[in-house]
Amino acid sequence: MVKFLPLKQAVAENLNDGDAVAFEGFTHLIPTAAAHEAIRQGFRDLTLIRMTPDLIYDQMIGMGMAKKIVFSYVGNPGVGLLRRARDAIENGFPRSIEIEEHSHAGMANAYEAGAAGLPCAVFRGYRGAGLAAVNPNIKSVTCPFTGEVLAAVPSIRPDVTFIHAQKADRNGNVLVEGIIGIQKEAVLAAKRAVVTVEEVVDNFDDLHPNLTVLPRWTIAAISVVPGGSHPSYAHGYYARDNAAYLEWDEIAADREKFQAWMQANVIEKSADDFAARVEHLRKAA
Amino acid sequence: MSDNPDFTPNEMMTIAASRALRNDDVCFVGIGAPSAACNVARLTHAPDITLIYESGTIGTAPDVLPLSIGDGELCETAVTTVAVPEMFRYWLQGGRISIGFLGAAQLDKFGNINTTVIGDYFHPKTRLPGGGGAPEIATSSKEIYITMAQTKRGMVEKIDFFTSFGHGEGGDHRKRLGIDTAGPTLLITDLAIWKPDPATKEFTVVSLHPGVTRQQVQETCGWMVKFAQALDETPAPSELELTTLRDLQARTKAAHEGSGKAKAA
Repeated sequence: MVKFLPLKQAVAENLNDGDAVAFEGFTHLIPTAAAHEAIRQGFRDLTLIRMTPDLIYDQMIGMGMAKKIVFSYVGNPGVGLLRRARDAIENGFPRSIEIEEHSHAGMANAYEAGAAGLPCAVFRGYRGAGLAAVNPNIKSVTCPFTGEVLAAVPSIRPDVTFIHAQKADRNGNVLVEGIIGIQKEAVLAAKRAVVTVEEVVDNFDDLHPNLTVLPRWTIAAISVVPGGSHPSYAHGYYARDNAAYLEWDEIAADREKFQAWMQANVIEKSADDFAARVEHLRKAA
Repeated sequence: MSDNPDFTPNEMMTIAASRALRNDDVCFVGIGAPSAACNVARLTHAPDITLIYESGTIGTAPDVLPLSIGDGELCETAVTTVAVPEMFRYWLQGGRISIGFLGAAQLDKFGNINTTVIGDYFHPKTRLPGGGGAPEIATSSKEIYITMAQTKRGMVEKIDFFTSFGHGEGGDHRKRLGIDTAGPTLLITDLAIWKPDPATKEFTVVSLHPGVTRQQVQETCGWMVKFAQALDETPAPSELELTTLRDLQARTKAAHEGSGKAKAA
């Protein structure tokens, strides 16, 4: 049953060295605070899974925490390249990492298959695409009814998934709104799920019946971290800090500048520092 | 580049690309140049066009161009927002998309695109972001439009990696792979409009933008360019098209530089 815990404890209880872990968020609701807590606790040899590894995976890779990444778009969204990830892939710095690359359709189907308890996902994909030749986990199956050759990829089953969401009720049910991305599938595909939320409300009695709500018994731990997805955004709470994404390009371009930034902004900070970072991005209303 | 000082080659590119879209299109929008073209179309001649971004936002109408495919305004203005698996399964794979609009880091003359690596895949000289949604957009959309500014580095004889499949080696290569969609049918650059030859599928220049010469097109392209026998001149941007594009870009610049202050999620 779900426990409300300080983020430090939620991460310590649920993440281990060597885990396959997904910190999911499709541009929106990225679980930055949870990732920063994992960085402070110094986990090693992680397999990092995410459709769109952006700043937080650039940071974790740059800190030498990843032995492998599974992804479908390794970019700084709207800005360009991820320079710490590039340094690892191109130069093996600070350590060489294994990569398993898919398309968005491949990853989305694989998470859905994981949530559905299937061993693999089947879809119409990768036709003529170079990834099928370099990723041995992209195979094909023939439809037994029509003979059509379809793509198959193994399902994604993380040891633990971290997501950020708008709110929990007092019982620990969680509401995700706006661009919901792959969060529901990533939680249901994982052995354990940890959710950071903007706030806790008394109950969800006034919600529309078809909203995306994760029942409390699908979640291991909830931590209340206002601003916890900065510089990403939380729909209804605060806007995306586009300037921070642009600035990251310069910070990550230089190994020493990166280390100095991580020391000052992650290592020496805590989850409590996130609320102030989104103050200027909150809706005036 | 242009004799007409009233617009830039990039503005001409965006506006020429916007004209290719129809009011009843359902368009899967790539970020960057395609996003600008699609929104200019929506704000001029195609007000009812359905713009879809891969974050799951269907029928979106942003006031400023999104920096990422998942900006909050896309969701706020959308007809509906669906989960990412649904986006790719029901809407793209399900055959609901009429136009997939892509940009490219590297492009060859058959409309194959590379946004994955420069150099060898396992020992890349430059690791680019990769395909994202493009591999399936390129084969599941009914048609593909591509837009990019011409450079010799970008338009090459041979791409380093097939991120998304265009016409492969040309001719009926798509059909041979069992792909039943049309693939790239239009390329709009800052200098010209290109269409694939009906038989070979090689991109051929069918229209030069105002003031552009054949030589300029060749000098900024890495393959030997073929020109159609009846070569048109692209009509210059209208006052409405230019004003719409410039206003959109000014709003976008103000919003992004303002660290999100201008418009909260």
